[in-house]
Amino acid sequence: MLPEQARRELIAVLGAEDFRDDMQTLVTHSYDGTPMQQALPDAVVYPRDTRQVSETMKVLHRHRIPVVSRGSGTNLCGGTVPVQGGVVMVMHRMNRILEVDLENLVAVVQPGLNTKLFSAHVESLGLFYPPDPSSMAISTIGGNIAENSGGLRGLKYGTTKDYVIGLEAVLANGDIIRTGGKLMKDVAGYDLTKLLVGSEGTLAIVTEATLKLIPPPKAKKTMLAMYNDLYDAARTVSKIIESRIIPATLEFLDNPTIRVVDDFAGLGLPLDMAAILLIEQDGEPELVERDIATIEAICIGEKAARVSVASSPEEALKLLTARRSAFTALARLRPTTILEDATVPRSKIADMVLEINRIARKYDVNICTFGHAGDGNLHPTATTDARDRDEVHRVEEAFAEIFEAAIALGGTITGEHGVGMVKAPFLEWKVGAPGIEVLKGIKAAFDPLGLLNPGKMFAKPSRKRVVIQHG
Amino acid sequence: MAETQTAVSRPEAKPPASPLAAKLKIRLDEDQLTNCMRCGFCLPACPTFRETGIEAESPRGRIALMKAVADGLMDPDEAFEEQMNHCLGCRACEPACPADVKYGQLIEQARDAIEDHTKSHRVWVKGVRRLVFKELFPKQGRMKLLGGALKAYQKSGLQKLARGTGALKLLPKQLSDMEEILPSASGRGVVELIGDFHPAKGTKIATVGMFRGCLMDTLFTETNVHTVELLTEAGFEVVIPKTQNCCGALHAHSGEAEDARELARRNIRAFKEANVDYIVSNAGGCGAILVEYDHLLHDDPAYREDAEWFAKRVKDISDMLVSHGRIPAFAQAEEHARSNARADAQTSVAGSPANEPEACSVRITYQDSCHLRNVMRSSDAPRKLMRQVPGAEFVEMFESDRCCGSAGIYNLTQPEMANRILEHKMEHANATQAHYLLTSNPGCLLQMKLGVQRHGAGTDMKVAHVVDFLHERMAKD
Repeated sequence: MLPEQARRELIAVLGAEDFRDDMQTLVTHSYDGTPMQQALPDAVVYPRDTRQVSETMKVLHRHRIPVVSRGSGTNLCGGTVPVQGGVVMVMHRMNRILEVDLENLVAVVQPGLNTKLFSAHVESLGLFYPPDPSSMAISTIGGNIAENSGGLRGLKYGTTKDYVIGLEAVLANGDIIRTGGKLMKDVAGYDLTKLLVGSEGTLAIVTEATLKLIPPPKAKKTMLAMYNDLYDAARTVSKIIESRIIPATLEFLDNPTIRVVDDFAGLGLPLDMAAILLIEQDGEPELVERDIATIEAICIGEKAARVSVASSPEEALKLLTARRSAFTALARLRPTTILEDATVPRSKIADMVLEINRIARKYDVNICTFGHAGDGNLHPTATTDARDRDEVHRVEEAFAEIFEAAIALGGTITGEHGVGMVKAPFLEWKVGAPGIEVLKGIKAAFDPLGLLNPGKMFAKPSRKRVVIQHG
Repeated sequence: MAETQTAVSRPEAKPPASPLAAKLKIRLDEDQLTNCMRCGFCLPACPTFRETGIEAESPRGRIALMKAVADGLMDPDEAFEEQMNHCLGCRACEPACPADVKYGQLIEQARDAIEDHTKSHRVWVKGVRRLVFKELFPKQGRMKLLGGALKAYQKSGLQKLARGTGALKLLPKQLSDMEEILPSASGRGVVELIGDFHPAKGTKIATVGMFRGCLMDTLFTETNVHTVELLTEAGFEVVIPKTQNCCGALHAHSGEAEDARELARRNIRAFKEANVDYIVSNAGGCGAILVEYDHLLHDDPAYREDAEWFAKRVKDISDMLVSHGRIPAFAQAEEHARSNARADAQTSVAGSPANEPEACSVRITYQDSCHLRNVMRSSDAPRKLMRQVPGAEFVEMFESDRCCGSAGIYNLTQPEMANRILEHKMEHANATQAHYLLTSNPGCLLQMKLGVQRHGAGTDMKVAHVVDFLHERMAKD
C-alpha cells in the first residue's frame, strides 16, 4: 500500500478510474514475459497525457516512490517486474499516432501505440517502418524504445535506435525534456535521444517519439535452405556476408526448433534437417533476383540439402510467420521456456552454435537455438519446468557459460532483450568495472533518487566469471 | 540468467483461506497454469481486453489471477468471481496461444469451483440459469412445449397485446429486446416435421447423424430441415437419433460440469447406437462442446473410449459439405425464384430484402461463430460455400473473427459489456453494406438481429443462418 497522502495526491492527478490498487490489479501487474519473476506493485496508474505523467512523477518524487513504466509487458529480461514495489505506470492510454509528416518522412507517436498497428498504418501510406520484434503484434513503441528492440530485419535495416530521431520524456522529478526532433542531423550536445533508447525505463519515461520512416522496398523474395549439418548452415551465413550481400532477413532454426514450429504453424517443414536458413532479400526487382540467385549458389556450395524459393507472397509470409512464432512455439515442449539472446560477431555464428550445443550437453539441459543469424543475434532457448529446481539451476549455470562463451568470441550478453533483472549479474563482464562506473554516473545524473525502474541493470552483485574448460 | 528467487515484495504463499480457494486449488489444472508463459500473444485477440485495456480483463491476466488464487497469494473474492464471469468464453485466445494453453478448460474449472460456493450471483441470473439449464434444455419435451407456447403467444394475438400494453417493460431490457427479435417458434422439431431417416441423393458417401440442438430445433426448425436437405443433396444418408438431447455447452461453460457430463453420456449413447460415420452440427456453440466430449469425459473410464469415438466424428455442416461431400450446385436467387414457386415466407430466409437489386448481385457478409472458428477451427469452409453462390458477392467484414458478444447467455448476464461489443461489431457490419449478414450459430444469429435492430444503418440488412441462405439458392432439379 502507498502512504495515504500519496494515494490521495495521485487520485487527484489521475482521477479515481486511472488509479488502482486493488489486489486484482496488483497481481496482474506483477509479471512480464520473463519466466519465474514476479513482484507485486503497490499501485497501478494509467496516465492519459504527458501532463499527467509529469504531475504523477512530481507526486512520486515528493514521496520517494519508485515507478516502472510498462507497455504490454512482453519483455524477457524482467524489465517491467516491479521488484521494489511502488507504482506501475501503464502507457496503454497514450496510444495515438499524433502525426505522419509526409514532407519530412517522420511520424510522431505516443509510447502506448501498438507496434504492428503503427507499422500497418505507415505501410498503408506507402512508407516503411522496419523494426519488427517478434512480439510486434502485442508490443508497444514505447516498450521497443525502452529495450531498443530488434527483429528479423535488423541485419539490413538496423533496430529501433536507428529510427528514433526525437523524444519527449519525463524525468524522475517531473521535468519534461525534448531531444532531437524531425531532424536527420543534430549534434547539439550529447546525443540524449540515442542514450534514452535502450535505457530500460531507468533514466526517464518516454511520452512521445519522433520516428524516421523510409520508402518501402519495391520487391521481395523469400527462400529456405535446409542442411543436414548444422555447421554447413552456420558457415553459409558467414559466406553470404563475405560475398558482400546483406539480406533483409537471414534467420536460423535448428532441428528441435523446426519440429516445434512446424507443429505450431503446420507448414510441412522437413523434420529430418539439422538446420534451416530462412533468407529474404528486398529492394529493386533485378537486384533481388540477382542476390537470391547468388545466395542460392552459395547455399548449394555449402552443402545445402534442399533450397527452395517461395513462389508467392502468401507462402513467404507463412514462412516468416512460422519464424516469428518460434519462441512461443517452443513453449509446447515444456512448461517453462527461457529465451536468451547472446550475440556474437556474425563471422562467429558457427562457433557459437557449436559452443551452445556443447554447453547444453555438459549441463544435461535441452537448449534449442534459433535467431537472427545474419546479425549474430542468436536465441538459445532452454525448455524446462520451473517446478524442477535442480534442472532450473543447471539451466542457469549453462546460460552463465553461454554468456561467457559469447564474450570470449567478441560478443555480448544481450543483443535485443535488454539487461533488466536477469542479466544484471553479467553486465560487468561485458562493459568492465570502469564501464559500470560510467553507467552509474549517467543514472545518477538523470535519477539521483533511484526511483525509475530500480533493481534493474546494476542492481545485482556481479557474478564471478566461469572458466571455460574445453575437452 | 534468471535467478529463481522470486522478488522481495511477493507475499508468502498461504494455505487456502476459504473453501472456494481450496476448491479452486483442486480444480484448476496446475500444468495448464504453469504452461502459460505470459508472452501476451492472447491480448490482442481478447474482446474484453480490447474494450477496456485492463490487463485483468485479458486471458493472461485471468490466468495470473487463477494462479495467484491457487498459490494462495490472493483470496478468490467477489472481484475475482466477477472477472471470471466477465470472460466471454469466445476462446479467441486459444488459436493465438503458441504455448497451446487450454484456456477454455481453465475458465470452466474456475467457474465450476465458483458455482459450488458462490453467494454473489444476482438472484435472477441464478433463476434464469436454473430454469433454462436444469428444467428446460435437458428436457426435449419441455422445449417442444415451450416452443408451442411461444408459438401460441406469437400467433394468438397475445404478443400483440403484450407489446401494445407495454407489459414487456416489466422485463429486464435485455429480455424485452430479445422478445422482439425472436423468430417464429415451432412446437414441432425436425423429426416431427420430416422424420428421422433420409436417404442420400445419388451415390451414398457416408452416414451422417444430425445433431438437432435445442434452440435450433425450437426456434430454427426450418434451418434443421434445410441442413438435412443440403446433406442428402451432397451425398449423405442422414439419421436423426431421437434419443439425443441438449449438448451441455451452456452447462459446461457456466461451471455445471456434472450436468454437462450426464447430457454428453446420453448423446454418445444415442449416436453410437445409430452407428454413424459422422456427427454433424449446424450450431457452432453445440459443435464446440461435442468435439470436446473426449475432454469432458476424460476421467470417466466407462465412457472415455466412446467419448473419443464421438469427438473424432463431429463436423460442422459447412466442413462436412466442403471436405467430405459433393458440394451442391447453387443457382442465382432469381432463377431459383422462378424454379421454386413456393413463396412461403416461412420457408424462405427472409423473403427478398427490399434493397436486393433486381439483377443478381446480392452482397453477403459473414460473422464467424467463435466456437466454430476457435474450437472447431473452421473458418474457411463457410466462406468457401458462400463464395460459390452465383450472383452473390462475398464481402469480408472487418474483424469478422471477433466475438459479437452473444456468447451463450453472456448477453443476458453481462449486458453492459455485451452491448459495447455489439455496438462495435455493428459498425463493421454496416460498413460492408451487405444485404445479408450470415452466421453459423443460433446465439450469434439472434445477437446480430439484435444488433441490426439497435444499431442498424437503416438499410434492410437481413440476418440469416448460412445453411438457410445456401438452401434457398440450391439449384433445384
